[in-house]
Amino acid sequence: MEDCLAKKMEITVSEAEKRTGRNAMNMQETYTAYLIETRAVESQSEGQCAPVDSLWRRYSEFELLRNYLSVTYPHIVVPPLPEKRADFVWHKLSADNMDPDFVERRRIGLENFLLRVASHPVLCQDKVFYSFLTQEGGWKEMVNETGFQLKADSRLKALNATFRVKNPDKRFTELKHYSDELQSVISHLLRVRARVADRLYGVYKVHGNYGRVFSEWSAIEKEMGDGLQSAGHHMDVYAASIDDILEEEEHYADQLKEYLFYAEALRAVCRKHELMQYDLEMAAQDLTSKKQQCEELATGTVRTFSLKGMTSKLFGQETPEQREAKIKILEEQIQEGEEQLKSKNLEGRDFVKSAWADIERFKEQKNHDLKEALISYAVMQISMCKKGIQVWTNAKECFSKM
Amino acid sequence: DASLAEVNSFSPSVPISPSSMINQYKFEDEPELRDLFITVDDPESHITAIETFITYRVVTKTSRGEFDSSEYEVRRRYQDFLWLKSKLEEAHPTLIIPPLPEKFIMKGMVERFSDEFIETRRKALHKFLNRIADHPTLTFHEDFKVFLTAQAWELSSHKKQGPGLLSRVGQTVRAVASSVRGGVKNRPEVFTEMNDYMETFSQKINVLDKIAHRIYKEEREYFNEMKEYGPIHTLWSASEEDIADSLKGVASCIDKCCKATEKRMAGLSEHLLPVLHEYVLYTEILMGVSKRRDQIQGELDSKVDALANKKTEKDLFSEEIEKLEDKVECANNALKADWDRWKQNMQSDMRATFTHMAENNLRYYEE
Repeated sequence: MEDCLAKKMEITVSEAEKRTGRNAMNMQETYTAYLIETRAVESQSEGQCAPVDSLWRRYSEFELLRNYLSVTYPHIVVPPLPEKRADFVWHKLSADNMDPDFVERRRIGLENFLLRVASHPVLCQDKVFYSFLTQEGGWKEMVNETGFQLKADSRLKALNATFRVKNPDKRFTELKHYSDELQSVISHLLRVRARVADRLYGVYKVHGNYGRVFSEWSAIEKEMGDGLQSAGHHMDVYAASIDDILEEEEHYADQLKEYLFYAEALRAVCRKHELMQYDLEMAAQDLTSKKQQCEELATGTVRTFSLKGMTSKLFGQETPEQREAKIKILEEQIQEGEEQLKSKNLEGRDFVKSAWADIERFKEQKNHDLKEALISYAVMQISMCKKGIQVWTNAKECFSKM
Repeated sequence: DASLAEVNSFSPSVPISPSSMINQYKFEDEPELRDLFITVDDPESHITAIETFITYRVVTKTSRGEFDSSEYEVRRRYQDFLWLKSKLEEAHPTLIIPPLPEKFIMKGMVERFSDEFIETRRKALHKFLNRIADHPTLTFHEDFKVFLTAQAWELSSHKKQGPGLLSRVGQTVRAVASSVRGGVKNRPEVFTEMNDYMETFSQKINVLDKIAHRIYKEEREYFNEMKEYGPIHTLWSASEEDIADSLKGVASCIDKCCKATEKRMAGLSEHLLPVLHEYVLYTEILMGVSKRRDQIQGELDSKVDALANKKTEKDLFSEEIEKLEDKVECANNALKADWDRWKQNMQSDMRATFTHMAENNLRYYEE
C-alpha cells in the first residue's frame, strides 16, 4: 500500500464542546465543536514526542469536506459521515442532538471518518483534506475557491432520476442492486435490533423490582430473611447490568450504520458511471444523426422524414450554396463530435477502471470490517450471558439458603 | 411433588380428644413414605341441555387400611371440589385449608374453557388434593375419603346428608354478629403477630405475583421481536459472498436464543407463576382462618362476660364455658400448629420455586 497520511500522522478527534455563536442570518445558535488533534509520527528512536497541533471544527465543516471529496473524486467510494440526526433509537436512547451520549458517539464517528480518509491511497493526498486537518482559518474560503460546486452535477442530486442507458457496464448495474439491498437489509436490521434492545431492557429492569420486594419481605421472615435479602441484592445487580450491555451494543450498531451510509456512497459511484455512460450514448446518438443529416444533404436523398425536407419540397429546393454551407457546418460539428466522443470514451474507460479498483478495495474492507463487527457482537452476547450466569448462580445460592 | 412429601406417622385410631389432638398437630421431622397418591388429569367436557362443564379424572392409589381397595378412579367436576372444601372448612374452622383455583379469571380475558385455562385449573386442583392428602388431620377426614372413592351417584347422595344450607346460614349470621360486637379483646399475642405477618405477607406476595406476570409479559414481547431478528441475517447473507457464512452463523445463533427464551418463559409459567398465585390465594384463606379463630374466642369472651352478670346460673354456664374454652384452646392450637406447618411449607416451596427459577435462568444463559 502506498504511503498514506495515516501512517505519517496521528489523527484524533479528542473532545467535543458546546458553543454558541451567530449564524449566517445573525441569529443565535448552539452547536457542538470538535477538537481535531494531529501529531506527526516521527521515528521514535530519540524518544521524542512531536508537538500536537489542534483546531476546532464543527459538523457542517465536515460535511463541506465530504461534499468536496465526493465531487472531486467521483470514482472513489468516499467514506460516510456519522449520522446527522439520531436514528434507530430505542426508548432509553435520546434523539436529541445535544445529548452527551449522542455527541460522544458522534465524536467517535468523526474520528473514524478522518482515519478512513487518511488511510485511503488516493484521498489522503488531497490538499484540501490536509488543510482541513491543519489550517484553522480560511479553510472554508479555500474550499469554495476550488469551485468544486460548479463541477457537481445537479443531475446526480436527483436521487430518483433514472437514465435510460443502453449499454451500462453490467458490473455497475449489479453493484447498484447490491447497494440497494445492503441499504434495505441493514436498515431493517437496525430497526429490529433497536426494538429487541428495548424489550431486553424491560426484562432486566422489571427484575429490579424483585430486589425491593424481597428486601421488604425479608423484614417479616426469620429463617428466610437473610436468603431473601441477599437474593434481592443480586436482582438489583442483574437489573443494573443491562445499561452497560446495551451501551456496548450501541457501538456495534454504529459500525453497521457506517456501512449503511457506505452503501449510499457506493450507489453514488454507480450513478456517476450511469451518467457518464448516458452522456456518452447521447453524444454518440447525436453524432450519428448529424452524420446522417450530412449524408442526406450531400446525396440529396431523404432517408427519413423531416419537416425541412417537406417544406423544401413544397417551397422549393435550397440553393446549392446554402446546402454547401450547411454541409460545412455539419462537418465541423461532426469533427468536434468525434473528438468529444473519443475523449468521452476514454474518460469513461478510465473511470470504470479506477472506480472498479476502488470498489475492489472497498469490498475487501467491507468484508473485513463486517466480519469483525459480527464477531465482536457475538463476543458481547457471550459476555452478557456470562454475567447472567454469574448473577443467577449467586441468586440460586441465596435462594437455596432460604 | 417431592417438596411436599409430608409426615403421616400416627395411626388413625387415636381417640379424638383435645389433648391428643394437640399432639397430632405437632410437626414431625422424619419424612416417611406416603400412603396416599392422587393425580388429577384427563379433563373432559360434558354437554347437557342446561349447561356445559368439565370433569377431571381423579386417580387414587393407597395402602391405607380404611380404604376398601387400593386403587380408585372417579370423575369430578369443579363443584365437587368446592363442596369438599366447604365441608373441610366446616369441620376445621381454624385449620388452613388449601386454596382452590378461582371460579373465573377476569384479567387476561381467558375464555372459560380455553385449553390454557383448563390446564392451569387442572394443575391447581391436583395440588389442592395433594395438599389435603399431606395434611396430618385433613387427610383422614371422612368427606375426603368419600370424595376420592365414591361414584358420581354415591357422591350426590352423600352430599345431601349433613347440615343443610340453613344451618350454614345460621353460622354465618352468628359470625357476622360476633364481628359486629367489636374487636377481640383477649387475643393472645401470638395471634396478633400472626395477623400482622399475614397482612405484610399478603401485600408482598401480591406484588411478587404482579412482578412475575410482568416479567413474563416482557419476555414474551422480547421473544416476539427476536423472532424477526434472526431471519434478517439470513436474508442479508443472500446478497453477500464472503461474509455469508458468518451471517448465517449469527442467524442460527439468534434462533437458538429464541428457543432458549421460549423455554425460560415456559419455566416461569409452569413453576413460578402457579406457586405465587397459590400463595396469593392462601393469604385470603389465612385471613379467614384468623377471623374464625377470633370469632370462636369472641364467643367464649361474651359467655364469660355474661357469666359475670348472672351469678345464679353459674353451673350451667360454667359447663358451657368449659366447652367453649376447650373449643378455643383447640382452635388456637390447631391454628398455631398448622401455621407453623404452613410456614415451613411455604418456605420450602418458595425456596424450591425460586431456586428453580434461578436454575431456569442459568440454563437459559448457558444455552
